Amino acid sequence: MKFGRRQFLKGTAAAGAFATTVFPHIWIKDASLAHAAGGEIKVGVLFSLTGTTAIIEESLNKATILAIEEINAQGGINGMKIKPIVEDPASDPATFAVKARKLVLGDRCVSVFGSYTSASRKAVLPVFEKRHNLYWYPTLYEGRECSKNVIYTGAVPNQQQDDFVPWLIEKFGKRWYLVGSNYIYPKEENNYCKKLLAKYGAEVIHEEYVPLGHSEFSSVINKFRGEKPDVIFSTVVGDSVVALHRQYRAAGLDPEKMPMASLTTSENEVAAMGGDAAAGHFTSAPYFMVWDSPENHKFVEAYKRRWGKDKVTHFVSEPSYFQVYLFKQAVAKLAPSDINPQTIREAVKDEEMIAPQGKVHVERKNLHTWLWPKIGQAQPDGQFKILKQSATWLEPVPYKAYPHQVCTEAGLKEI
Amino acid sequence: MDVILAQIVTGLSIASILLLVALGLAIIYGATGVINMAHGELVMLGAYSAWALQTYVGIGLLPGLVIIFFVVGLFGWIIERVVIRHLYRRPLDTILATWGIGIMAQQGIRLIVGGELRYVQMPPSMSTGISLLGFETSAFRLFILAFSAMLFAFTWFLIYRTSFGMKLRAITQDREIASCFGIKSQRIYSLTFAYGAGLAGLAGALVSPLKSVSPEMGTTYVVDAFMVVVVGGVQSLVGTIASAGILGEFTGFLAFYSNDTIAKALVLLGIVILIRFRPQGLFMSKIRASSTGQ
Repeated sequence: MKFGRRQFLKGTAAAGAFATTVFPHIWIKDASLAHAAGGEIKVGVLFSLTGTTAIIEESLNKATILAIEEINAQGGINGMKIKPIVEDPASDPATFAVKARKLVLGDRCVSVFGSYTSASRKAVLPVFEKRHNLYWYPTLYEGRECSKNVIYTGAVPNQQQDDFVPWLIEKFGKRWYLVGSNYIYPKEENNYCKKLLAKYGAEVIHEEYVPLGHSEFSSVINKFRGEKPDVIFSTVVGDSVVALHRQYRAAGLDPEKMPMASLTTSENEVAAMGGDAAAGHFTSAPYFMVWDSPENHKFVEAYKRRWGKDKVTHFVSEPSYFQVYLFKQAVAKLAPSDINPQTIREAVKDEEMIAPQGKVHVERKNLHTWLWPKIGQAQPDGQFKILKQSATWLEPVPYKAYPHQVCTEAGLKEI
Repeated sequence: MDVILAQIVTGLSIASILLLVALGLAIIYGATGVINMAHGELVMLGAYSAWALQTYVGIGLLPGLVIIFFVVGLFGWIIERVVIRHLYRRPLDTILATWGIGIMAQQGIRLIVGGELRYVQMPPSMSTGISLLGFETSAFRLFILAFSAMLFAFTWFLIYRTSFGMKLRAITQDREIASCFGIKSQRIYSLTFAYGAGLAGLAGALVSPLKSVSPEMGTTYVVDAFMVVVVGGVQSLVGTIASAGILGEFTGFLAFYSNDTIAKALVLLGIVILIRFRPQGLFMSKIRASSTGQ
């Protein structure tokens, strides 16, 4: 049979008409059809399991799965089980966007828990904003974002530095050396830090950025020796943290006179650098594994039981854990037919719970979380000693370094 | 004055690490013409061997160096026999094959051991700073400097003063004619590759107490190693040590007077300009190109 143009056009038109009538979700853009179908609530889990950032993101995946399993074991949410759909974006922001699209459109997830790096969050943001879905981001980050499609459970610069910087100035002195990895997170943190230092009369004697993943710090350490700062404010990340601390120690510098104060050194990095390289330096974070509270003991024991006795919990895996519980609290308030990302977002505003770090609260204006920053000093045994817990929980102000911008419930406003 | 001196020593330290990593690649590339993209992974395997020996067997870094050399050398020998042997006249295919081996090694380590950063303990006798000529520096870095110089001397001796080295140089000049003289070229190639791999393993083990051990640590090292070998001139041992020294000192100085990001960019720019005007590198060895076009 001769398959001419007319036949072809008729055939495709018929197939198209058939498809759109029988499968309406191809063209219906509203993704709220059948979110809680079959007594199951589908959520996406989007952390890298392979690639360079998998070192940390694996633990975030594990903490999320632990929380989901615990909730399901207690009966789920109003009798409905949470079904996690795990994707591995392999530490590549472009793949993050692809997987996010798959979770939101293909799997019809009602929320996605994910991301560690800011690059990956920025890559998936358009997906969630365009499809009106909800992204739960557990990592400390540089602030300056006001998306209504993201719940931020990690600390922003004002929460990490407002207590930390004055404490360090008072204890050690006013000459500060800023060193960070060369991307947006350290630059914004240093930007905020410089404003705080100016406020307290301290000075920045040197500010420099090393390439991401850089591990040769001998020149930087020579500069430490030469300029003799009172405090080294370090925002290097990942492998660089380990290399910097180890080389600092090998060079014989003294953390009692020239301590390194960091926002990114967690129990993971301390385990990799060894107790003697870590000891004496300071970290500010809302959570440390040694925090003495019943909720934290329960969390750490459950985590070790599930994933291995040698595992550690840290200040990114703890928000990954408690944000699933916040999700549960929000969804529990909704009727099953009413569960979609927008209603969950409205339901989670002002929600509170006792997280392993203390009581946390989702701020309705900017969808960030009120947290309890703590100042810890690393000990030779590889854990932290908590020197100071902030007296009260700190409000998240993502635009505090930019006084002419404020994040409100309606969106970003210029004032 | 002692700032300048401290910077010179720092540059030498960076240079010694570069030399350690690049020496194995220089041997392999120079002698056999194989572009070994898995060289960084051999470094990584050396670091993981050091970690495994420390954690599971209790052998410290220094006593374990000999074991690590043989373990990674054996791995290199196996790669050569199974894969590279068939690809000597196909340089593009060796690039692809060794790249694939590198990826498999990375993911294999990740599957077997896990992706977390691992800790290798620095030998306690060297883990503090020592005072040298009026400035302080790290004792372990000085040890690496001495060790890499010694390793270079040993390699030079091996290539230029032993019969194995003579056979290797003969094969490098002209493989067919050397085989006519009764030299088992296949065996020499395997042993050379294994030796280069062993050197890479030693580099990984020695570097691991200063940095961290992760499955991806090799990728930065392979880039640095190729830079050193290309700038120094292929088939020239003297070129390797000279270019390691020059690159190390330049990186150190530029990083001190500005920052590491600019230092890296400027050094790479310098390399590009050098290669543009002198593609054969700094030291060209006077070897007649063989008739097989290698």
